[in-house]
Amino acid sequence: MLRRFALTREAALLAALVALCLLIATRFSGFIAPANLGRVFNDSALLIILTLGQMIVIVTRCIDLSVAANLALCGMVAALLNVAFPGLPVIMIITAVVLLGSLLGAFNGILVWKVGIPPIVVTLGTLTIYRGIIFLISDGAWVNSHEMSAPFKALPRAVFLGLPVLSWCAILCVAGFALMIARTPLGRSFFAVGGNPHAAVYTGINVGRTQFMAFTIAGALAGLTGYLWVSRYAVAYVDIAGGFELDVIAACVIGGISIAGGIGSVFGAVLGALFLGVIKNALPVVDISPFWQMAISGAAIIVAVILNSRSNRPKGRLILRTAGPKT
Amino acid sequence: MSDIPVVALDGIVKTFPGVTALDQVKLSLYPGQVTALIGENGAGKSTVVKTLTGIYRPDGGQILVDGKPVHFATAHDASRHGITAIHQETVLFDELSVAENIFIGHAPRGRFGLIDTARMTQDARALLDSIGAPLDPDAKLRDLGIASKHLVAIARALSIDARVVIMDEPTAALSQKEIEELYKLVEHLKSQGKAILFISHKFDEIFRIADRYTVFRDGQFVGDGLMADVDQDDLVQMMVGRSVDQIFPQRVHAPGEVVLQVTGYAHPTEFDDINFKLHKGEILGFYGLVGAGRSEFMQSLIGITTPSKGVCRIGDKITVIRSPADAVNAGIVYVPEDRGKQGAITDMPIFQNVTLPSLGKTSRHGFIRLAEEFDLAREYTQRLDLRAASLDQDVGKLSGGNQQKVVIAKWLATQPRVIILDEPTKGIDIGSKAAVHSFMAELAATGLSVIMVSSEIPEVMGMSDRVIVMREGRMVAELAGEELTPDNLVRHAAGIGMAA
Repeated sequence: MLRRFALTREAALLAALVALCLLIATRFSGFIAPANLGRVFNDSALLIILTLGQMIVIVTRCIDLSVAANLALCGMVAALLNVAFPGLPVIMIITAVVLLGSLLGAFNGILVWKVGIPPIVVTLGTLTIYRGIIFLISDGAWVNSHEMSAPFKALPRAVFLGLPVLSWCAILCVAGFALMIARTPLGRSFFAVGGNPHAAVYTGINVGRTQFMAFTIAGALAGLTGYLWVSRYAVAYVDIAGGFELDVIAACVIGGISIAGGIGSVFGAVLGALFLGVIKNALPVVDISPFWQMAISGAAIIVAVILNSRSNRPKGRLILRTAGPKT
Repeated sequence: MSDIPVVALDGIVKTFPGVTALDQVKLSLYPGQVTALIGENGAGKSTVVKTLTGIYRPDGGQILVDGKPVHFATAHDASRHGITAIHQETVLFDELSVAENIFIGHAPRGRFGLIDTARMTQDARALLDSIGAPLDPDAKLRDLGIASKHLVAIARALSIDARVVIMDEPTAALSQKEIEELYKLVEHLKSQGKAILFISHKFDEIFRIADRYTVFRDGQFVGDGLMADVDQDDLVQMMVGRSVDQIFPQRVHAPGEVVLQVTGYAHPTEFDDINFKLHKGEILGFYGLVGAGRSEFMQSLIGITTPSKGVCRIGDKITVIRSPADAVNAGIVYVPEDRGKQGAITDMPIFQNVTLPSLGKTSRHGFIRLAEEFDLAREYTQRLDLRAASLDQDVGKLSGGNQQKVVIAKWLATQPRVIILDEPTKGIDIGSKAAVHSFMAELAATGLSVIMVSSEIPEVMGMSDRVIVMREGRMVAELAGEELTPDNLVRHAAGIGMAA
């Protein structure tokens, strides 16, 4: 089992992540102290949650560019709810935005499934629409820290069994995803649809509905992240998490999720998000200029893609066989 | 008319892993003459076309142009020697104009090496006029019908000074009027001294326009000569041969109860009025030419497409199948012809592929029980004698034959009542064929009803208890017992009159 793992791309990525951490430790030895690693994980938690959602979307041969806009809209709704009804329990707010996030995700999914618009076009459109809605409901104004209730802001920071609730959210999402992918028919069908949509159809899997489910689940996670983001940073405005969808997609790619669909793992997605999280959060600490941060994350993406495309089997074999001895 | 062929193939051999597609075949094309290439599906016609156009490189023998040996390393080499092919589904660019399609790759250049659009349009118009094609050079190709696209392809052939024009089933998608115009065009090309290779399944058109014939069977050359010296019977006999030399498993079939009954199945464009009964433990063959609508009918039977009318009874219950999932639930499964595209999911482990349609059976409360799932996969892969290091292995790492086994195991694991096998032995070697055949016999012996779509006459003859022949979307014959002869199959499938 261990030997087989050593050959996977997840193992290579884990090794790269460890090497990166050690490299940073040579400049700043406190970096690899357990408490600090915990902080790095906590800082990456939002990215990890979104990466999980994006992963299943990409595995089904789609892409969701609207995750960050969905997050921002849900975050704004959470903040406005809190301002309007300061007494409303936080759990109700979370339920509401998770529901809203799933609806926004489902809207993407419906357009892909029933209208047949390419996912990149659908989500490029909804990205703008969702940001626009934020402006409409907030009038472009900010919701600042002093307007939010104390419990609303406290939850992500509350420590439970030694870890902040924010980290626990990420851990629970990871566990839930691992279970869904390993043990549910829906989890299987994501990979079947992405691996070979034609075969999936013959097998009785509804390709469009499976993609719809992926978008909906990704949307629900974006909704959850919306609350976590706004409460953690204690501010909500139109442009929060602007461009964050690209980080999410980058984390997927680094994590070995094939943009062509059908390949990916929860572990890979988490590692991809952590790798990017370390680069974004740790490099400034050791005085590496923002330019180098960008260059390093960019290089990581390209290296990851090269490694993945090399480890994938040559698809030509199949094509050749069918092109072969025909009439 | 010259006696030296423009292009000749001499002793060409082409092998693919496990299969000899062409075994020392010869073929000669003469200027100003139409040569018909005739053969059953799998006879090697497409491979010859690909060899002539430089897409395949032969493993033996030589290609002669004007009597001199040449070597085609790429498709470009073939077109430099003036060989061009017009395919069934013509390869052109939908978003470009007619003129651009005609001249792509060799457009007239003006100053600074830019394309001289005016001259291109003018030249295109001249070419189109010369073949009597009333097309606007500026029209976008995607706005044209198939017949017009053929005209563009032919104009393109003329524009590169083609000496050899290969037409692969050019009339397959044309209406009668369009076919007549195509014939005129063929006459025009002949008069210009072009050598034409005409591939068709339709005997009437072969006799109408071909000057010579060449017959292949199972990748081998059978005979050639002048059309004037033969009649339809001679050609049919050459095509099918006299002996069925493969050995098929001996089966005893006593018709059991009716498992599946299809009444009046129809589809607006693909097929019409399909009626048959399938009995328990029976192997029912579906024979026909490519494009006869067999696969299309099967796909509607399993809910990929919806029939416009018709009733399907399973056992004695009327069953409506709207999706492949409905079909699986009703006990009908379909093993598609193109296993690479429609069968296996290559990036998934073997066991997950096998259990994909049966996950409901191995789940409790919405969660898959991995141990049960693995047991199910093991049971059926062992039954099929799958050779794999581990069931965790990705299917893509298996050989083609083993991938086929994974796909079949997947369907057997659903415990179906009817299994549809679409061209089950297409493209596999003789040894594996025999294994598939004996397995099919075993399945039938266990009471499973098998529908076998096949274009190979020996297979249809050797395996089926009964054969339905389809032509142009309709059932044209149901053959069994003494009526089930190669001659009858070919005649019904090709629509040749039975007065022989």
